[in-house]
Amino acid sequence: MNDLSAKDLRSGIIYTETVVYSAPEAYVNDVPYQLAIVELGSGRRVTGRIIAGNEAGAESERAHIGDRVQFAEFRDSIPYFRKQS
Amino acid sequence: MRPVAVAGMGKTAFGAFPDRDLRSLAVEAGQKALENGHASSSQVEAFYLGNFAGPSFVGQNHLAPFVASAMGITGVPATRFEAACASSGSAFFHAVSAVAAGLYDIVLVAGVEKMTSQPTPKVAEILAAAGDSCGEVRAGATFPALFAMIARRHMYQYGTTRAHLASVAVKNHQNGAKNPLAHMRKVITMEQALAGKLIAEPLTVYDCSLVSDGAAAVLIMPLERAAEFTDQPVRILAVAQTSDHVALDEKDDITTFRAVQTSAAKAYSMAGVTAADIQFAEVHDCFTIAEIIAIEDLGFVPKGEGGPYSLAGGTCINGERPVNASGGLKSKGHPVGATGVGQICDVVEQIRGQAGERQVKRNTLGLAQNLGGSGATSVITILGAA
Repeated sequence: MNDLSAKDLRSGIIYTETVVYSAPEAYVNDVPYQLAIVELGSGRRVTGRIIAGNEAGAESERAHIGDRVQFAEFRDSIPYFRKQS
Repeated sequence: MRPVAVAGMGKTAFGAFPDRDLRSLAVEAGQKALENGHASSSQVEAFYLGNFAGPSFVGQNHLAPFVASAMGITGVPATRFEAACASSGSAFFHAVSAVAAGLYDIVLVAGVEKMTSQPTPKVAEILAAAGDSCGEVRAGATFPALFAMIARRHMYQYGTTRAHLASVAVKNHQNGAKNPLAHMRKVITMEQALAGKLIAEPLTVYDCSLVSDGAAAVLIMPLERAAEFTDQPVRILAVAQTSDHVALDEKDDITTFRAVQTSAAKAYSMAGVTAADIQFAEVHDCFTIAEIIAIEDLGFVPKGEGGPYSLAGGTCINGERPVNASGGLKSKGHPVGATGVGQICDVVEQIRGQAGERQVKRNTLGLAQNLGGSGATSVITILGAA
């Protein structure tokens, strides 16, 4: 997954997602956060996070299966996406 | 290849045992299996140990001789097998293969995990290491999160509902309440299961199996020698192990476990049976959705019908095909490395007619399905009356 560039990512469709409330040690300060598998235009899938405007649980920002998302940035080599309005 | 039988079995209680260490649990199960099979430690020709993360949970490596020597077993091969939650299923697969091939006669297989000495976030981190540490795990995936994403997709593709998931938890707690060795002997209601605290949407605490300490062991040998040791041998009709991608995002369809399908197909063919012949099963319900997918992938129900079948009671002890009469990982507990052999013990008990209140009516052909991680390892065992 680290071989993907921002250009490869650009945008994709949510294949599946969850909001995590109980996190591993390294991410306990992030909860709740939305995790998703995004299917890219090439058909390849990547696991990343969905950035919410306020907090991950806010319904207006929640991305659901089938929603289109746009690549926002890499953090610690993990892609972060934002729901496309 | 020669036929192999289980001649003895032993389990510890599963639960949170602050006063017990990993070795004492494994030794208790191993000694019970030897006693149950009327064998002595000096007769054991090889020791196979399933353990997922002893080094991370309790800081102990080199576990197989560490455990074996405490039972008086030395001077023979003693090896640890790691395959995430299928660690002891895998140990069993390799042990049976060696006995079937004629390498050894008397072999002890055990599984153990000591998990409860670590705080929950640390446990989540250790378990997550069974996922892809370069991708999903770094993104913040826990095992509940991976299975939550599987559940979401299954709901999307097949219309599976929260009530379908909850019905698995309710049924397994009903069964586990009758199991004296279960971690959580507590009946829960549908309302409770649906209103549980969220862990990873849509999974609540009631969709998740338990973090437990425990061990289980079986004594295996060629069928032709079993009568020397026991009048209740159980025949191993098949055991098959297969693999798949570790990362969830590398699987083409996450609503099915390919490794379960491929290992089940091999096992059915080896045993000369079909899915319809299997009378009861212990399946790997690390999460409620995993039991629903398991009964689909094993061919017990058509794809997508696992949820409705569970809600309708098809998998209850008195149902058409009892699944997890033991209480499953959900209620019995899930000491990861002990789970695979623990399931085999539960099937053996049923075939011997020793399951007490949990006894299923049709008990001559049973199956155990042990899953590693989010499906990268699967071990299927089919056992029958000898």
